Amino acid sequence: MRRVAAVCLAFSLTAMLAGCDRPQFSDAEKATVASLALSALPPLQPDTTNRFADDPGAAALGSTLFFDQKLSRDSTVSCSTCHKIERQFQDDLPLAVGVGRTNRRTMPLAGVAHNAWFFWDGRRDSLWSQALTPLENPLEHAGNRAAYAHYIKARFGERYERIFGPLPDLSTVPANATPLGTDAEQAAWAAMTDNQRDDVNRVFVNIGKAIAAFERSLMPAQTRFDRFAQALASGAEPQADAILSEEEVQGLKLFIGRATCVTCHNGPLFTDGSFHNVGVPPAANLPPDRGRIDAVAQVEADPFNCLGSYRDGGAEACGELRFMRKTGVELIRAFKTPSLRGTATRPPYMHAGQFATLEQVVANYLDAPASVEGTTEQHPVQLSERERSALVAFLKTLGE
Amino acid sequence: MASLGRYLLAACGLAAVLLGVLAAVYVSGFGRHDAASDVSRSRKTANGLFMVSIEPEKGAVRQGELHAWLVTVTTAAGQPVEYAAIDVSGGMPEHNHGLPTSPQVTDYLGNGHYRIEGMKFTMRGWWQLRLSISAEAGSDTVVFNLAL
Repeated sequence: MRRVAAVCLAFSLTAMLAGCDRPQFSDAEKATVASLALSALPPLQPDTTNRFADDPGAAALGSTLFFDQKLSRDSTVSCSTCHKIERQFQDDLPLAVGVGRTNRRTMPLAGVAHNAWFFWDGRRDSLWSQALTPLENPLEHAGNRAAYAHYIKARFGERYERIFGPLPDLSTVPANATPLGTDAEQAAWAAMTDNQRDDVNRVFVNIGKAIAAFERSLMPAQTRFDRFAQALASGAEPQADAILSEEEVQGLKLFIGRATCVTCHNGPLFTDGSFHNVGVPPAANLPPDRGRIDAVAQVEADPFNCLGSYRDGGAEACGELRFMRKTGVELIRAFKTPSLRGTATRPPYMHAGQFATLEQVVANYLDAPASVEGTTEQHPVQLSERERSALVAFLKTLGE
Repeated sequence: MASLGRYLLAACGLAAVLLGVLAAVYVSGFGRHDAASDVSRSRKTANGLFMVSIEPEKGAVRQGELHAWLVTVTTAAGQPVEYAAIDVSGGMPEHNHGLPTSPQVTDYLGNGHYRIEGMKFTMRGWWQLRLSISAEAGSDTVVFNLAL
């Protein structure tokens, strides 16, 4: 009897010890962890649609413009009003506030140039055409392209011409005009000649191309997770600031395993760059937001999209737009998978700041509630409280 | 006393066996991906009208990148099918979503070869690629399983 009990005890002890040992990763898990490390991020591809994308002068001008409040109707809003440099280029608010309050959360900018689609719904298809959109949005910078062209000529004329070549004659261009603004601005735009409109559009586009050149330099920093991943890949014991705690490792294993987070949050930026309905509840007191399904027509209609006449280089760069998915129920309330780098220190979460904590975000994914419109792609996942905490603990390692 | 010991030993053994079976089931993902197990890249269409082969144009597929596939269509007798109309669709059956892009046949390369551009796989897992083919011989459909 004693012998039997001893055998049983030995069995259970061995099993327990195996569990307590330093967590082992299977080869498949190791490969997945390696695919998430910052070192797996490929070099930034050239942007042939913007021939100034890697021009240092354009990036320097773009940096100046990014922080310039004069680039707005009331000289009160710059890109950096919402994309705050000291706050991962976001603003900690549920909804961005420019001249007015918008309906969406400001997105951080680390690694933004690796995207194919911009904004939460992908309504723009290049970094430079994205940069133009808030400039004329009445809730953001609220300005107009004619005023911006005049301002660039007056304030940055020489710098501009060194990069982009001669500025057009703007002497007969109205002070305020755009096809998108107030009735008066639209009327002024309609009264301009085709040449004048093209002149103004070119200066406007170059503002976007300069800002994009600057934004291409914004890259995520190495984190504790990346150092851990490096050690795991090399087979070395993680040391000092490369160590993940037992709980964090458990969270990592859940992230790439049973919790299936890595399905969409994949690659070194923790995003597949695509759009998904994950059953996020609508924000209170906002009009319905249908996400990707409504953005498709907007990017197609954008005169500054890749297939428009303001693109540099050839149309072979326009594959994403040419082969864009335009229909399907899964585009309803689909929003872009956000990067998770640095996520723990920038609540609130989701496209309209619906969740105040990562715990709420994790709960929404695991509980997989039905979507108010369309169909969620999420399936419920059963995790204990400890496992949920472990997931959150792991996410924090992506920001240190 | 001795019989109690035997019971205990039996219980211990039974638990170990059960644990082993459960682990094997868990690791093998038993019951999942049954439909995805056939990942052959040459298949007959549903009604047997055509034989269809597919291959990525550049050999390998990188997750998240737009890329092209080459498709070869022949009759069941092996004759190249010329100037067929091919509609491309598909998706991930386990995630309730279709393809993230709208791939299209952009070129007929002759001898039954076609190029599909605009393919993109945004995540790992079981994908399906469905080709609906219309030619002189009629219309038929084939579904390929792709494991990424």
